[in-house]
Amino acid sequence: MRIRQISVFIENRAGRLETVAKLLGDAGINIRALSLADTSDFGILRLIVNQPEAASELLRREGFTIRLTEVVAVEIPDVPGGLAGVLAILGRGGVNVEYMYAFVEKARGKAVVVFRFENFDAAVRTLEAGSVRLLKEDELLKL
Amino acid sequence: MNTTIWNPDIECLARPQLESLQLDRLQNQIRRMSERVPYYAEKMKAAGIVPGDIRSLADTRLLPFTEKDDLRQNYPFQTFAVPLREVVRIHASTGTTGKPTVVGYTRQDMEIWSEVVARFLVAGGLTPDDIVQIAFGYGLFTGGFGLHYGVEKVGATVIPASSGNTERQILLMKDLGTTALVCTPTYAVLLGETLRKENIALRDLRLRLGFFGGEFWTESVRHKIEESLGVVATDNYGLSEIVGPGVSGECLQQKGMHIAEDHFLFEVVDRNTLQPLPDGEWGEVVITTLTKEAIPVMRYRTRDISRIITEPCPCGRTLRRMQKVIGRTDDMLIIRGVNIFPSQVETVLLQLQGAEPHYQLVITREGAMDHLEIRVEVSENLFSDEMKKLNAFRDELKHKIDSALGVHSKLTLVEPGGLERFVGKARRVVDMRSF
Repeated sequence: MRIRQISVFIENRAGRLETVAKLLGDAGINIRALSLADTSDFGILRLIVNQPEAASELLRREGFTIRLTEVVAVEIPDVPGGLAGVLAILGRGGVNVEYMYAFVEKARGKAVVVFRFENFDAAVRTLEAGSVRLLKEDELLKL
Repeated sequence: MNTTIWNPDIECLARPQLESLQLDRLQNQIRRMSERVPYYAEKMKAAGIVPGDIRSLADTRLLPFTEKDDLRQNYPFQTFAVPLREVVRIHASTGTTGKPTVVGYTRQDMEIWSEVVARFLVAGGLTPDDIVQIAFGYGLFTGGFGLHYGVEKVGATVIPASSGNTERQILLMKDLGTTALVCTPTYAVLLGETLRKENIALRDLRLRLGFFGGEFWTESVRHKIEESLGVVATDNYGLSEIVGPGVSGECLQQKGMHIAEDHFLFEVVDRNTLQPLPDGEWGEVVITTLTKEAIPVMRYRTRDISRIITEPCPCGRTLRRMQKVIGRTDDMLIIRGVNIFPSQVETVLLQLQGAEPHYQLVITREGAMDHLEIRVEVSENLFSDEMKKLNAFRDELKHKIDSALGVHSKLTLVEPGGLERFVGKARRVVDMRSF
């Protein structure tokens, strides 16, 4: 259930995002999910890709500052209140969410929410105790 | 710890004997200058001084200063104290504005130059078994040849690689088994980065020592170089107007550079009043050559800011040390009326764990207002993928830099490699103000 995520430091100027996307694309690496947090000067691009090692090596070699982090991907029903249910479980367990992002998976009628927790292990225990379905890395990459 | 000393008779001489040697040489040198160099004779006359007035080392303060501009105005040979027939070598410092400063060496000057370079090389751990790659430029610049002759004197093997062509430098290092590297600290950082980028393991190299000089560098840069190149990195200091490299150099204690005081008389003066300061205080370094034959120099204002360390060094050398140079009076920027040295920013970066030494100060002017922007490259050890941590880091950095400088700045985090870099020296300041 540990999903590897690559975070990339990018300056907030024209073409930087495109550079990263093109590098990965040219290397045949597929982006499964992404989110971008930004300020006026810089941004943090978070990526889940089908070949995390190759992608991090490539980005480092091209001079990007990156960090590999571990996130949790949770599958929830794509219905009103689906996210609230998971958040309630985390809230009751006293688990802090650093950040999260989500995408919808049409074929199975589910939504996938990617969480970054301050305390990974405690968060996983709480989610499992609440019978939330956690995706394994290969499951997520196969979606 | 290697405690080999190249010339223990001088390097460990008791202070009273050293000072009496210095005074003897100073008196000879001043007499020679007044007799042989009309420029100095006139300057002394204008100051109302005759050579006989120099009765103690403290009397040095009676002598007039020499500035780079004075040497430039006497271009090319007018401050030479010997006929060119006796000069065996010419070097010149780069002239960013106008003409270069030309310096000459007699055969004895060359001998002394090699001697003082050999001292700091041995102090930094060099032995005759070492293979030394000199990646300083060979040419008019004193760095390449100065180190070259010193290494030969010690009896180690020289690879005169000269500067630039990083791929070839690494190839030579690998194939020839280089054990000691000579270059600028900036270039050493670049070499370390290149090794990492190309996945070259340190165990495939035989590097163990690094002798770096020619520009200012901080302790954080030293750690970075030592880690990325697997060397013990020592600092050395010199300037072509005095001799080139070899004026002073660190021993393996890495705490200040032992000055070749038997050849160079050091003073530290107040930047504004030009009055000599007590030992230990920071100020501008002023040097009088004691033995130079071809081009002796009287109280040369180096523009370098340093201090004298008087405490005895555990290495056993009695020659006093000067602290790493923290900046040049020329580097001083005035922003909204406040004096600022780029090295102050570097010191703050060093204190905050994990900060990279790559930074740049950009000064712009809007209306009558100066704006200072400090750009810092984000390295992997300080990068966090959480926005609040990255923002907190930036704010802390800005706060510390602002309080160190005494002015407000804008702090921008930039991608690595985003700042302009030269193979030789790093560009720390971009001043876009027009006055």
